[in-house]
Amino acid sequence: MILEKNTPAPEFDLFSTPDQRLKLSDFKGQRVILAFYPADWSPVCSDELSLFNESLKLFTEHKAVLLGISVDSKWSHMAFAQSRKLHFPLLADFEPKGLVSKQYGVYNEEEGESRRALFLIDEHGIIQWSYLSPDGINPGADGILEALESLDQSKNQ
Amino acid sequence: MLKVPVNAQDHTLGSLHAPRVLVEYGDYQCPSCGEAYPIIKELIAKHQHNLLFVFRNFPLQESHPEAMPAALAAEAAARQSKFWEMHDIIYENQADLTIQHIMNFAEEIGLDMEQFRADWKSQELLNRIEKDYEGGLRSGVNGTPCFFINGHRFDQFDGSLESLESAIAM
Repeated sequence: MILEKNTPAPEFDLFSTPDQRLKLSDFKGQRVILAFYPADWSPVCSDELSLFNESLKLFTEHKAVLLGISVDSKWSHMAFAQSRKLHFPLLADFEPKGLVSKQYGVYNEEEGESRRALFLIDEHGIIQWSYLSPDGINPGADGILEALESLDQSKNQ
Repeated sequence: MLKVPVNAQDHTLGSLHAPRVLVEYGDYQCPSCGEAYPIIKELIAKHQHNLLFVFRNFPLQESHPEAMPAALAAEAAARQSKFWEMHDIIYENQADLTIQHIMNFAEEIGLDMEQFRADWKSQELLNRIEKDYEGGLRSGVNGTPCFFINGHRFDQFDGSLESLESAIAM
């Protein structure tokens, strides 16, 4: 089962580049959008990540950072990010394979890939919104933006 | 659902009182938008009395580096009341949207070049395009072209005139 609202987000520590690792706790005090996707280079993923890439400014306005995550290796991520000119980190859930995807409840055992899923994690490391998209469908960014806005509103109350 | 209702700032073709409103979120460098362009033209020509067509910008700049300059050119042309002339000439020559070509388009459609050059770089027009993009995102646009008919997302466009016609059928 995909982790749902009000669940503490499991910590992770994964390669984001060949010589750099990122931990969820590095982002304490910030909002994190975690975008799991099946594979680098596949057409739908590229569309989804390209769309998010173009939307970074809006995410930043809501004080959120975006992290992509799949089971691809750090080297694949590096080439993929360069090719698609992505301006956000891609995390390699590569060894042990899919461990973080499994912890978030979005691992596809049959394909050996992450499912296409989105999480919004708040400043305190709590999941505030999650969404599992059909693998073949680009979920768009409207769900993330709505979740960010409702977080803004509940904060202002 | 379309989050930003059709309004006076929109670029429209057809009757404002038409019973059917077709909104396209498009990217000038997107090949699928280029393929949809003549089909939409035909649709408008055939249904001009009951259709209002609206074009909004959704440039994916990293994948399509020429999309934003082209969108700015169309918005700049709009300041001289020639939005659709520029929109059309861009889609009709989509394979070659270099700055020089866009300048040539501007001349060809008879723009005041001095004003065009100034408007093309205008921050205000850039903001407008970004607002279009943001409105599209909020409405769930996840790629281009993306259509809305009377405010409802229409995902069944298969590249044919018939698919759009059946969608706007009364």
